[in-house]
Amino acid sequence: MADKTFIVRIKRQQRPDESVRWEEYELRYRPHMNVIICLRDIAEKPFTRSGVESTPVSYDANCLEEVCGACAMLINGTARQACTALVDDLEKPIRLEPLTKFPLVRDLVVDRSKMFEDLKRTHCWIPIDGTYDIGEGPRMAPSVQEKGYPLSRCITCGNCLEVCPKVNQRDPFVGAAIVSQVRLFNMHPTGAMHSAERLEALMLPGGIADCDNAQNCVKACPKGIPLTESLAAVNGQVLVHAVKSWLRGE
Amino acid sequence: MTQPKIIVVGGGLAGLMATIRVAESGIPVDLFSIVPVKRSHSVCAQGGINAAKNLKGEGDSTWKHFDDTIYGGDFLANQPLVKGMCEAAPAIIDLLDRMGVMFNRTPEGLLDFRRFGGTLYNRTAFAGATTGQQLLYALDEQVRRFESEDKVKKFEGWTFLSVVLDDGGVCRGICGMDLRTMEIRTFPCDAAIFCTGGIGVVFGRSTNSVVCTGSAQSALFQQGVYYANGEFIQVHPTAIPGEDKCRLMSESARGEGGRVWVPKQAGDKRAGKDIPENERFYFLEDWYPKYGNLVPRDVATRAIHKIVFEMKMGLVGEPAVYLDVTHIPRETLDRKLEGILEIYEKFVGVDPREEPMKVFPAMHYTMGGLWVDNQNQATNVPGIYAAGECEYQYHGANRLGANSLVSCIYGGMLAGPAAVRYARGLESGCENVPGAIFERERVRQQDITDALLNQHKGTENPITIWREMGDIMTENVTVIRYNANLQKTLVKLDELSERFTRINLQDRTQWANQTLNFVRELGNMLILARVITMGALARNETRGAHYKPDFPERDDANWLKTTKASYNDGNIQLEYEPVDTSLLQPRERKYTAKA
Repeated sequence: MADKTFIVRIKRQQRPDESVRWEEYELRYRPHMNVIICLRDIAEKPFTRSGVESTPVSYDANCLEEVCGACAMLINGTARQACTALVDDLEKPIRLEPLTKFPLVRDLVVDRSKMFEDLKRTHCWIPIDGTYDIGEGPRMAPSVQEKGYPLSRCITCGNCLEVCPKVNQRDPFVGAAIVSQVRLFNMHPTGAMHSAERLEALMLPGGIADCDNAQNCVKACPKGIPLTESLAAVNGQVLVHAVKSWLRGE
Repeated sequence: MTQPKIIVVGGGLAGLMATIRVAESGIPVDLFSIVPVKRSHSVCAQGGINAAKNLKGEGDSTWKHFDDTIYGGDFLANQPLVKGMCEAAPAIIDLLDRMGVMFNRTPEGLLDFRRFGGTLYNRTAFAGATTGQQLLYALDEQVRRFESEDKVKKFEGWTFLSVVLDDGGVCRGICGMDLRTMEIRTFPCDAAIFCTGGIGVVFGRSTNSVVCTGSAQSALFQQGVYYANGEFIQVHPTAIPGEDKCRLMSESARGEGGRVWVPKQAGDKRAGKDIPENERFYFLEDWYPKYGNLVPRDVATRAIHKIVFEMKMGLVGEPAVYLDVTHIPRETLDRKLEGILEIYEKFVGVDPREEPMKVFPAMHYTMGGLWVDNQNQATNVPGIYAAGECEYQYHGANRLGANSLVSCIYGGMLAGPAAVRYARGLESGCENVPGAIFERERVRQQDITDALLNQHKGTENPITIWREMGDIMTENVTVIRYNANLQKTLVKLDELSERFTRINLQDRTQWANQTLNFVRELGNMLILARVITMGALARNETRGAHYKPDFPERDDANWLKTTKASYNDGNIQLEYEPVDTSLLQPRERKYTAKA
């Protein structure tokens, strides 16, 4: 009996300034395949369905268990991680494209450094005095930890930016992931001491005022982070901060 | 000399901690990483981090942590450094807590601790079941803060190719490749700290991430750095087998009460949840009543192998056993283990809260690694330091669960200041090294790449060679080792190395060419595979994770010693040095005693 096969269509682009082409590959089906295995199969036999020799597909991947955030791409038009995209669950032919809201590098690889730059811009860290031994951290109610922990599982994959109608390569909007991180650091007892600098960063162009409340982000998050809750919470914090600053005559 | 220059290669826990320590001392750091550091493999660590803070009234102490670690490692670890690590661990937890790690809390708002393998104490602090991710993020955030102050410069998307050695054999810089432009460039430095992680990819499918190839370690080895205890790798007892990788199911599942079992009746075709309690064989609890499901990993792994392959009692249809958490309240599972249960659910499509998980052992951790001294994380080559999983200290012949995160952070804490001291003490810094020394190394590396790009007659596929290497390494050099099979493995590695000379690069472009990078890594992996196999072949005893049925006992008279591999003109040589056992007298390692 012939092996069961399926088709994968991939949007290829050698370089940012080169033309786009679509390639089709016919792959041998095995149980429990995911999109990463498809891409490895192609690397082992980079011949398109019509027998033309191509090159292995460039793509980002690392942990393969959806905790590093690397392998985000558009799979059948949906922004998601390739490692958890199981072939069994996907409509065929499977269509792979790079994320569109970030500069393209090659094939399925995009440059998401904007997100890391925005984390810097919004001071997403706890400013500690140093790494020397100065005793325990602040006590924290379990209820605070239970709110903070889900937020701290953000893998910076960029899927929430990809689906946001306000994010594009010309608009500076930071997107839901960054706003949610601001909420996390403002929640921490030490981080809260410095919440003003984060909120002020979010009051600048590209800040939280750019959110149009489309609520696509929360549906796209692979980690189930309550992003719309974070947007609302931080929006509230920004308003309070603005009013207080105004009352103080700043 | 002017301000010293320090380079850190690798941005996991060890690399970030080293970076922070160097930056804190006022010296700027260049930090190199293949992936954005926030995506490093440390994110995969799940269960927790050990520190004997004794917050559960159990009488735990750093000495007991030390004793458990040395005993768990079957007395192969040099003891003073391990003791130092265990003593530093409580303050490391405090530091991480101050950095904002969302550790689980007790009702009083203190850190919660759970039990892990190889100990009888609740010594493991945790943040859900994604502790490594949470710790990595905390350090990543601190490094980002230094970056915003221009104290750290990141080179993300660069891979390390080699060090630049001067004519006196002193490290004066590194040579790297930009994974986007494929440019090969040298970077001068006075000291370089390597924190390049484990080598799981050498075994094909493992619990490790794609970047854990050991390529950097192999490159350093080929340039004169010793590689120690290569034969000691850890096979984790509970992972979900997969074609692309094996996904870890953390020991914390058992720490929270998870039980490992198989049906008493071999070939029982009922679903796990339909098999009544009295028809289940809880073999770990039966064989190891004192530690039960929390025996060390090497012990649990061999027990599962015995059940599946010797006793033929594995689950129907696949080599696997059950890891069962269905008896634990759903609320507890969601609060403490959600991260891993979600992985099982997403990749297997079954809810482990309802049905027992099917798991099997998989290559997981590299105990061996770059040789470093007993104080400073310094290798034998001046100016080269190493910390984290890529070096060999701290774990001996078997690592205890939840000791990896603490060893990575502790190693980074030592390596940073040690590199600074060394660099400050140099009579003449890298700025005085003639440019020709750097150019020589750059040309050497460019030539290797050009030879690959210009080879048009290649017939061998890199993925195929990698898969064959992984398959034979997994079959012969993991859980059970026979000398005849190890010899066959060396023959196979010879064959693969020969085929590697005829590799077909498939992609000859000069932009984001991932194949080129992978092929360079593959060449390095083939050499490391040989080091591991040779070490295993030579060591005729059983110790920790190194198990030879033909030599079933630990042999302290002949083998209480560290393997040191060196590389001379393409030949790998093994030599040995004594283990520092100055604090604890080696004793028999036995987990079978009654409770």
